[in-house]
Amino acid sequence: MTYMFSKRSVAHGIQNVSRRHVLKGAVATGSLVLAAPLARGAHAAAAPTYATGAGDMPHGVVVDPRVFVSIAPDGTVSIVAHRAEMGTGVRTSLPMIVADELEADWARVHVAQAEGNEAKYGNQDTDGSRSTRHYLVPMRQIGAAARTMLEEAAAQKWNVKIEEVKAANHEVVHGASGRRLGYGDLAADAAKLPVPQIKTLRLKDESEFRYIGKGVPFVDLRDITTGRAIYGADVRLPLMKYAVLVRPPVVGGKLVSFDAKDALAVPGVEQVIEAQGWPWPSKFQPLGGVAVIARNTGAAIKGRDALKVVWDDGPNAKYDSDAYRAELEASVRKPGLAVRNEGDVDAALKSADKVVVGEYYIPHLAHVSMEPPAAVADVTDSKAEIWAPLQSPGGTQEDIAKTLGLPLDAVTVHMTLLGGGFGRKSKCDYAIEAALLSRKLKAPVRVQWTREDNIRHDFYHTVSTERIEAGVDKSGKVIAWRHRSAAPSFMSSFQPNVKNESAIELGMGFVDLPFAIPNIRCENPEAAAHTRIGWFRAVSNVPHAFAVQTMVAEIAHALNRDPKDMLLELIGPDRIVDVGKSTKDWWNYGEPFESYPVDAGRLRRVTELAAEKGEWGRKLPAGHGLGIAAHRSFVSYIATVVEVAVDDKGNIAIPRVDTAVDCGTYVNPERIRSQMEGAAIMGISLAKHGEITFKNGRAQQSNFDDFPVARIDEAPAVINVHIAPGQNRPPGGIGEPGVPPFAPAFCNAIFAATGKRIRRLPIGSQLA
Amino acid sequence: MINLTVNGEAHRWDGDPSLPLLWYLRDESGLTGTKYGCGQALCGACTVHVGGQAVRACITAMQDVADQNVVTIEGLHPTGDHPVQKAWRELQVPQCGFCQTGQIMQAAMLLQDNPKPTDEQIREQMAGNICRCGCYTRIEAAIRLAATGV
Ligand code: FES
Ligand code: FES
Repeated sequence: MTYMFSKRSVAHGIQNVSRRHVLKGAVATGSLVLAAPLARGAHAAAAPTYATGAGDMPHGVVVDPRVFVSIAPDGTVSIVAHRAEMGTGVRTSLPMIVADELEADWARVHVAQAEGNEAKYGNQDTDGSRSTRHYLVPMRQIGAAARTMLEEAAAQKWNVKIEEVKAANHEVVHGASGRRLGYGDLAADAAKLPVPQIKTLRLKDESEFRYIGKGVPFVDLRDITTGRAIYGADVRLPLMKYAVLVRPPVVGGKLVSFDAKDALAVPGVEQVIEAQGWPWPSKFQPLGGVAVIARNTGAAIKGRDALKVVWDDGPNAKYDSDAYRAELEASVRKPGLAVRNEGDVDAALKSADKVVVGEYYIPHLAHVSMEPPAAVADVTDSKAEIWAPLQSPGGTQEDIAKTLGLPLDAVTVHMTLLGGGFGRKSKCDYAIEAALLSRKLKAPVRVQWTREDNIRHDFYHTVSTERIEAGVDKSGKVIAWRHRSAAPSFMSSFQPNVKNESAIELGMGFVDLPFAIPNIRCENPEAAAHTRIGWFRAVSNVPHAFAVQTMVAEIAHALNRDPKDMLLELIGPDRIVDVGKSTKDWWNYGEPFESYPVDAGRLRRVTELAAEKGEWGRKLPAGHGLGIAAHRSFVSYIATVVEVAVDDKGNIAIPRVDTAVDCGTYVNPERIRSQMEGAAIMGISLAKHGEITFKNGRAQQSNFDDFPVARIDEAPAVINVHIAPGQNRPPGGIGEPGVPPFAPAFCNAIFAATGKRIRRLPIGSQLA
Repeated sequence: MINLTVNGEAHRWDGDPSLPLLWYLRDESGLTGTKYGCGQALCGACTVHVGGQAVRACITAMQDVADQNVVTIEGLHPTGDHPVQKAWRELQVPQCGFCQTGQIMQAAMLLQDNPKPTDEQIREQMAGNICRCGCYTRIEAAIRLAATGV
């Protein structure tokens, strides 16, 4: 079986080996970095020589300064940001990398947002915590190529050898004569030169970095704080109409009839029309329903409230999350498909002196980015223009072209800022809805999802039951580990009859368990989906890490050991864990194992760093407790120590969090900190509150009153983020990996404080 | 006909008097700095100032702001340099930024009413404003910074 590199390539069915190889040969040079740069005097630097999975993504990598960099005669350097900005700072960090190699002065850099166009820019799927990981080297090469062209232009002008000139701080200098020319003066000549071969480029030595590893304030800061930043719903076109839809309440259901009389009587409502829907599953195609068109969103919402609609609920009409939970529990108590097998778990469990058993439940979650989905479309018979907050702008261009029957280049997808994404905005159903309505109404349309729509019609985080049995021998050594994970797969949104987790989901903290235990078996019992499942920040790492890291503390408790010592003992000696030897089709976040091995030593060190900085073992007041968890995901290593204080009513305060991060080479440490702070808050939300339940196929929650998220009065007093040095290693992910260890560390702390073990999320009223 | 002042300018509305102020600002007036997050006064994304108070524009009907003074993020400070805005930039508070105009409007009113708030008061006063990205520790720090001078 060939398998999946990106979540979207799954969606596109790109599982064709020859296509991969074509991609690799044609455009993947950016990721397959060349080990032999042209040595040039004292400044020759060894180029980073690691491979990434970037070339395997749809449309691979484009390393071309003519696509990404332009320089105006006044010296302003424009650098294209081709990924989606949803709060990670990527729109700053990637151009900053280019600027660094280009020796551009950041004060004279303008960041230009790309449209969705992967043929031109390479892959744009902003998910999977991939942007820095896949683009650090390509962006450096782009900057270095542009710098070399400027140097060449100056050398030709002065009639000297290129070795005699050097670009520095927005100008090129000829050392011997002291002549200098600014980038603006050189731009026109430089643009006429051929782009140098990547393998001839001189990349900077780390000691020469201006911005990489240091950071700059992110480019949208002023616009955000003054209200000028443009998100999807902020786009306004002349004569634009405002639409709100009502969609089938049950996935797989469809419209039978509707009565629009009362809706049309609402002031400002102009039209009520049927909206096209697709049967389930259909990837990201819209659910369909009825659209209310009005002169403003408020009128459209009021009109929708007055609509009377009859639905056929379809095959998922009975979906009930309580009953489903019982099914999942029954499944994990029986053997399932073995997806990793080492040693003889059954025999080892039988021979064990003690078996510690834990069963954990992690419910469906909704993403609830603060910006609900919204999109603007202006579609005619021959072309379509879209403005929307999209994590997958290139995929959206393709999906809209296919849906409308237009050639790809007739579809323009403008990327606005995203008011949060978390995986929801990888799915462009809302943009397709806007495009279809615009075509029908022959006018520009803005579709606004209400918060209720957002919560009732999400591509939900999966729901899972995890069961772990750990066998301990007489000497107190853990000798057996059997983990069963039952959860509907997000593949169920792409094709019918999916029963098992995909390689991607299994690879997320399940089969890649980095513990030194001689007998390990991971099993995946079947679980069918009854709603739309999608990926949610950190995806299956959330339930897997919750189960594994809680189990470690449970074993420690059973053996009367310190949880941190227990965790370190299970991580074991420094070594590379060869998951592939006992796992068929192992997925390593789409990365080659050689560049991104499972490194137990890094997990150990990051655990020790969190423990040291978090002052593990310190004396605490009564009612306080410390918890720890460590997890590798998105090829980064994160450990978290959480201190809680629980009062006698079960109220939880968090005096302090210490998170240690080893993401290899880092680019923008300040934004790494903000991602880790945000991950802690998201961890609090999902640990304390998050749960979507279903009755009669319908999601029971609809807004922040019944789907609460953490507020400021629940936030930790202090979140310390400790970034481990790692500039000699390939970069790892940052957007997601902070999330998985938080909930188990938090719940382990609650156990330490109260003796109450949380095995079911959310905590809700379990402590009351 | 409803007359009101928005950021110092005279506005009039002759449509549905029950229309929430939020949609009048965003869709009818193009003042898109005020955000929609929940429509139910649960998240604070739509926070504006009306008559010297922080209100949720999503549940405030146009008829309730007749003859009132409305200030949105666009009108908080002529150059965008209100101490709260400056503190927000100094500490790089935002992530996605979507909730931040509402947070800033809420924080500005909090400091106007109580120039030296305690941490407890900050948490209490800001608890109606959700930030899904989780910028809370920085929001708290930025309000302290704004209170002590940026
Ligand atoms: S949109 Fe008004 S409080 Fe949420
Ligand atoms: S910054 Fe994204 S919701 Fe607050």
